[in-house]
Amino acid sequence: MGEARFSNGTGSSPIIEAQNVSKRFAGVMAVNNVSLGVGAGEVLCLLGDNGAGKSTLLNVLSGVYPPSSGVLKIDGAEASFRSPRDALARGIATVHQGGGTVPLMSIMRNFFLGAEPTRGRGPFRVIDSARAKETVLEQVSALGLTRVVDADRLVGSLSGGERQGVAIARAMYLGARVLILDEPTSALGVKEAAVVLRLVVRASERGVGVILVTHNAHHALTVGERFAVLIHGNVVAAWNRGEKSREEVLTLMAGGEEMEDLELDLAGATANGDNQDEHNERS
Amino acid sequence: MGLDRLTQAIERQVRRESEPPGSHLPELQVTASTGDASDGDSRDRSRARRVIARLLRRPAAGPFLGAVIVYVFFAIFAGNNSFVTVDGTASWADQAAELGIVAVPVGVLMIAGEFDLSIASVIGLGGLTVSIATGHYGLPLLVSIAIALALSVMVGLINGFVTTRTGVPSFIVTMATYFAIGGASLYATRLITSTTTVGVTSSGWLHSVLAGSVHQFNVSVVWCVGIALVAGHVLWRTVFGNWIFATGGDKATARAAGVPTNRVKVTLFVTSSAAAGLLGVIQALEYGGGQVGQGDNFIFDAVIAAVVGGVLLQGGYGSALGIMLGVVTYSVVNTGIFYTGWDPDLAQLIIGVLVLIAVLANNRLRQRVLSSG
Repeated sequence: MGEARFSNGTGSSPIIEAQNVSKRFAGVMAVNNVSLGVGAGEVLCLLGDNGAGKSTLLNVLSGVYPPSSGVLKIDGAEASFRSPRDALARGIATVHQGGGTVPLMSIMRNFFLGAEPTRGRGPFRVIDSARAKETVLEQVSALGLTRVVDADRLVGSLSGGERQGVAIARAMYLGARVLILDEPTSALGVKEAAVVLRLVVRASERGVGVILVTHNAHHALTVGERFAVLIHGNVVAAWNRGEKSREEVLTLMAGGEEMEDLELDLAGATANGDNQDEHNERS
Repeated sequence: MGLDRLTQAIERQVRRESEPPGSHLPELQVTASTGDASDGDSRDRSRARRVIARLLRRPAAGPFLGAVIVYVFFAIFAGNNSFVTVDGTASWADQAAELGIVAVPVGVLMIAGEFDLSIASVIGLGGLTVSIATGHYGLPLLVSIAIALALSVMVGLINGFVTTRTGVPSFIVTMATYFAIGGASLYATRLITSTTTVGVTSSGWLHSVLAGSVHQFNVSVVWCVGIALVAGHVLWRTVFGNWIFATGGDKATARAAGVPTNRVKVTLFVTSSAAAGLLGVIQALEYGGGQVGQGDNFIFDAVIAAVVGGVLLQGGYGSALGIMLGVVTYSVVNTGIFYTGWDPDLAQLIIGVLVLIAVLANNRLRQRVLSSG
């Protein structure tokens, strides 16, 4: 377990890499000896059910907390993040499920939050909103969100997919080299999921490494180039695109679920369901 | 399984459009599928809808409507009792000015997601300080005002630091400081002057700048408009304004984007406190003295004006213009009622109803914005 490695078919050297990373919480192994990495323009899909350790791994990669053991590397050099801000400064951007946007603010205000372009000086230093709006529309339409034509629109009035798009465009504009997308399609309808998956493809085409965290095997298979299945914190399978059929993947994930059920049942005899709560909290 | 087929369809579509390497994807059919814009009639309609949507998106749209309705109402029912004359206008404008000086900063703080109830006793603190300093100790007016404002700023810092450090809701923190500052002012005033109402000694240019009048209007009208203009500029045009909206709209997202949300909040607690201190000083100079409890009305009035002015109680939304319109609405009702000759008690009833309507409208707006799409 945890030993599964990629055959590195695509060949590009990883931007961010986890080597033998483990994360323990109060004695519980949430992530166990995981090694993986993503290079420029690659889409790595991290598959697994709720509580499989996906979110823990994601949080380690995005700087929310350090690994208990193992190392993170950026461009081959060992790195440690003190915070998500720190990770962001190194080019590792995470877009969470909600899209990381403020609904009651305009697209432009959201896009540049914390990095507002300004003109003028002193008390008259103001947001250069004409330039900002132009840039926003350029950036989002470059990602294929052609329906977003008004930068003054409130983000809350956008569809779920468009909201993710604004967040992704923002991250890329601010210099993200790796995008970590946490369940970007899970709350979306089919159409909207397609919008987001297309964003993933566009981002990778532009040379951004994408780590797509999802429990939806269909979505992953649609856009992924490399895959890893996480069960109980272990990478139980890792493969490159085309090495496994859809049926194999589904069976793998379904088998995982069954195994988890069985283990939970067995654990339930002693821990009385506490385990399950912990799993849910972590995920 | 239906879902399975659908996701496979997505896969096919995404593949089809993304697989040719390096090719530019055709414009999204998925997102551009709605509406038949070729039809000129529907294009006109959609343009009209966009214009209306644009107007409604202005946070001051609702408050503007409210202010106009209320003003027209009183112009009709109190018009022949000189409500619409210069005198009548001055009477509500003077009241609006005092309210606006505190309501605007309090409203901006509310946009950042926090309350400040302590302004009521800080107004008293400001008035008493300037009165004791000039009337009892004979200090120069300028020095006295500086002391009053410094004390007010300190209260703001306490509110800000306690709220941001402990995470206790500011509603509770500032309620505590409201009582504490009120009690301390009363105690100190009695101790120093053995009375609770202290006369102020003021004259000269500083007096005219703060408490003078232009025709029938108090100079405080100018202060209020100035504060509103600065607030509007900061909110809508500056980086700090962007941070204010983000802090109140979604603190976690704001922090993740690098916005120093605590600094934003502390700064705004300080400005609302300083504004309250300033109002205390202005009132003391206008009325010739400071008094404990001189600001007690404002504890609700400022919040009412902000809410009627379209500020969301949950934070994250509102405007300086809206708050000013809320201030005008409140003052027109409160003053206009006397010009109608009706029972003044009705003013409170009207304001209560207005607040309820405003809260419901704000809530609806919020839900609409957050659900549509």
